Amino acid sequence: MSFDPTLAAIRFGVGLSPNIAPPSSVDAMMDRLRGPDQIGSRIEIPTSSAVYPSANDHRLASIALNEVRGTDGEAAAEEHRLTMRAAGREAVGTYLRAELARAAHTTDGFRERLARFWGDHFTVRASNAISRNLISPYVETVIRPHLAGNFANMLVAAVSSPMMILYLDQHRSMGPNSRAAQSNGLGLNENLAREILELHTLGVGGRYSQNDVREFAELLTGLTASARRGAYYRSQMAEPGSETVLGITYGGREESMAHVVEALRDLAVHPDTARHLARKLAVHFIAPEPDVTMIDEMAAAYLAADGGLTALYDVMLRSDAAWGPQLEKVKKPFDFISSAVRALGVPLEVIQGATLQQTRRLIQRPLSVMGQDWQSPVGPDGWPEEEDNWITPQGMAGRITWSMQAPRDMLQDLPDPRAFVFDALGPTPPDEVVFAAGAAETVSDGVGIVLASAAFQRR
Amino acid sequence: MDRRNFLIGGTALGCSAAASPFVTPVAMAAAPWDTRLVVVILRGAMDGLDVIQPYGDPALAGLRPSLLTGEAGDAIDLDGFYALNPLFSSLMPLWRAGQFGAAHAVSTPYRDKRSHFDGQDILEAGIPDLDNGGLRDGWLNRMLQVVPGLEAEVAFAIGREQMLVLSGQAPASRWSPDARLQISPNARALLNVVHHDDPLFREASEDAIEIAEQISLQGELAEETEMMMANSPMMEAVQGSGEHIEIAEFAASRLRGDTRIASFSINGWDTHARQRNTMRRGAAALTDTILTLQAGLGPVWDKTAVLCLTEFGRTAHENGSSGTDHGTGGAMLFAGGALRGGQVLGQWPGLGEGDLYAGRDLLPTRDVRAYAAWVMHDLMGLQRDVLEQAVFPGLELGSNPGLVL
Repeated sequence: MSFDPTLAAIRFGVGLSPNIAPPSSVDAMMDRLRGPDQIGSRIEIPTSSAVYPSANDHRLASIALNEVRGTDGEAAAEEHRLTMRAAGREAVGTYLRAELARAAHTTDGFRERLARFWGDHFTVRASNAISRNLISPYVETVIRPHLAGNFANMLVAAVSSPMMILYLDQHRSMGPNSRAAQSNGLGLNENLAREILELHTLGVGGRYSQNDVREFAELLTGLTASARRGAYYRSQMAEPGSETVLGITYGGREESMAHVVEALRDLAVHPDTARHLARKLAVHFIAPEPDVTMIDEMAAAYLAADGGLTALYDVMLRSDAAWGPQLEKVKKPFDFISSAVRALGVPLEVIQGATLQQTRRLIQRPLSVMGQDWQSPVGPDGWPEEEDNWITPQGMAGRITWSMQAPRDMLQDLPDPRAFVFDALGPTPPDEVVFAAGAAETVSDGVGIVLASAAFQRR
Repeated sequence: MDRRNFLIGGTALGCSAAASPFVTPVAMAAAPWDTRLVVVILRGAMDGLDVIQPYGDPALAGLRPSLLTGEAGDAIDLDGFYALNPLFSSLMPLWRAGQFGAAHAVSTPYRDKRSHFDGQDILEAGIPDLDNGGLRDGWLNRMLQVVPGLEAEVAFAIGREQMLVLSGQAPASRWSPDARLQISPNARALLNVVHHDDPLFREASEDAIEIAEQISLQGELAEETEMMMANSPMMEAVQGSGEHIEIAEFAASRLRGDTRIASFSINGWDTHARQRNTMRRGAAALTDTILTLQAGLGPVWDKTAVLCLTEFGRTAHENGSSGTDHGTGGAMLFAGGALRGGQVLGQWPGLGEGDLYAGRDLLPTRDVRAYAAWVMHDLMGLQRDVLEQAVFPGLELGSNPGLVL
């Protein structure tokens, strides 16, 4: 078994399109990934430093309001604050449409899949309602530039992002013997340290102990964030002295972020990290129990490349085990919807021109019904991979209903189902789907049956 | 126990249930207990001091001059010390029947940061704090995990909102009234064709269609619910319509069948300003929900416990905009025929100078998880050590408040 364009688009990309050819080879996929992020430039999402409204914008608006409370200026200041909040809500919809449009119109589908994979690997959640518009910019800032780069850079960028610091309570963590802890009585919070070891690097089966977690948590103290300053290092919060994590001693003289970065870079190229990342990628793209030899080869190539991510992808895509004909994975709800929008050929301006209300009705609420509340997985371990988590009665009701109804809300002229079955499933769709597409009573039912079929839902 | 079983046997629930007053065969297939537990998460931090007003405390009126408490605010006396906010007056018949009550001065172990998100996470995860790693599951799910062999049908998270409290390894169902399945009979038949060789998709689709049919207007359970509600005098007090009613109706229809646990949320309690108005929506949704559950459950109401929990209370002092800010201690509301209502439980800490937590909030005198744990202990027969270790790690159960009849 080897490379197949249809499988490449469905399993490793964002699906087939009637207008965009599937990848022609592994070389072509890797070349596109190593090249410029064309769809990212064409459909922009701001980075964390350019986003509006930011946490600091909200902070300044609240300060401005408090200053004029009880005066004639109060109404205007309150109005300003509410307008800003509305802009934030609007931005969440704009970025969702942008992510959908990128998936529907890119020629570089593997990049979009990797952006979501690594965004999920470094899951953050909004810490309050007004920071919901910061998640897409977080992925744009810390994940997307590093997709074809070095894992250590992505790890450092994610861990030192204010989104991650606030989400995993690093701003509440103080060295027990730090100056700050002595004055306010707060102490160590191990949350970020534990999740970096358990989720982001070594994996839950990795060779680390509770003592490593604690020492690493002490090493991380000082790393903090606020609305005003973003992420920064505050040495008053840092635990004095050196810390030993996995047998390596860091720091000792002056506390600084450099010691944290040093430890993160070591963790990034630990053999347990290599295995954890290799296996997680293979499970995400290929099968719940992926080929063990392939994982070993991926991990070895990653270590040989000093944590270079393209080595990991390259070995996976060139492995026979990646191209088995059995479709063992199920598309998660966003991937299902975006691949359907792509297969339907919904024009860019229709996606981007949707109102916030339409976005919620056609995308955001259906995602919730299907079990994937947009950008809100339950915990820092992100969305589950198991198929029976997604293909539940309610999840299936959501998928069926969306398939039957949403396409006609997005397109005036639906494709002929007898042709659409080939647009969506490639040159050799299963006979029963070809039959059902032709046997439907209406065009929208025919299109809906194709989209709701296991053949389209799987990859 | 005898009283509830007798009621089941004595009413027209179904031919099988009528066979013996002491046997409820419908139930045993699904779970080793026959009682029902509904957990309602009140998101936004309900002001317990305003809903169940301790107007017998001399400090209350001074703390809340414009919120108007007790007689000045038309609150309804409950027991001489506590009074019920008039927005909740439709629950008075249940109070008098001993089927609605509260536990006051309660909270989760969450302290000081007063963030909704963290507070709700701790409430739903049922853990002491968020310091030891990320959230993985909720306490209702961990309760299910200790009972082997349960089917997903036993527990339902309802609504669009994600319910952490029921998330986790144990199978649980999730349904939102939004998830109406609209599909023509022809398309349904074709769906069977395309899913024929994929058992995962085939079974999920068949179940989806079955559930959707049950909740559709033509569905038997829904009709039964509507009939029950039409015959219930309590339903005259229901003010609104909307999603929360649909959720309560759906919950009632499932709980009359094999479902033993349901959980959903009611939002709208974050009353920072003009509290008398801003609480109106949440209050209407909550009272409508309880009344709809009571009517829709019919005889099953008598073996049902409804617990309404919120992430934390609100400040004892009102703020500058006739509202209240995030606080600590608050109240848990409860309802249901399986519970001993008509009382406000809890040790009152006082609202005077020096009584308040951090000088600003109602001091919690009991962990709210202890009440939930004792309800599960008495209702489902869960053991004390299971509750203290697996379901609510770090909880000291303390003495039994005797909430369950």
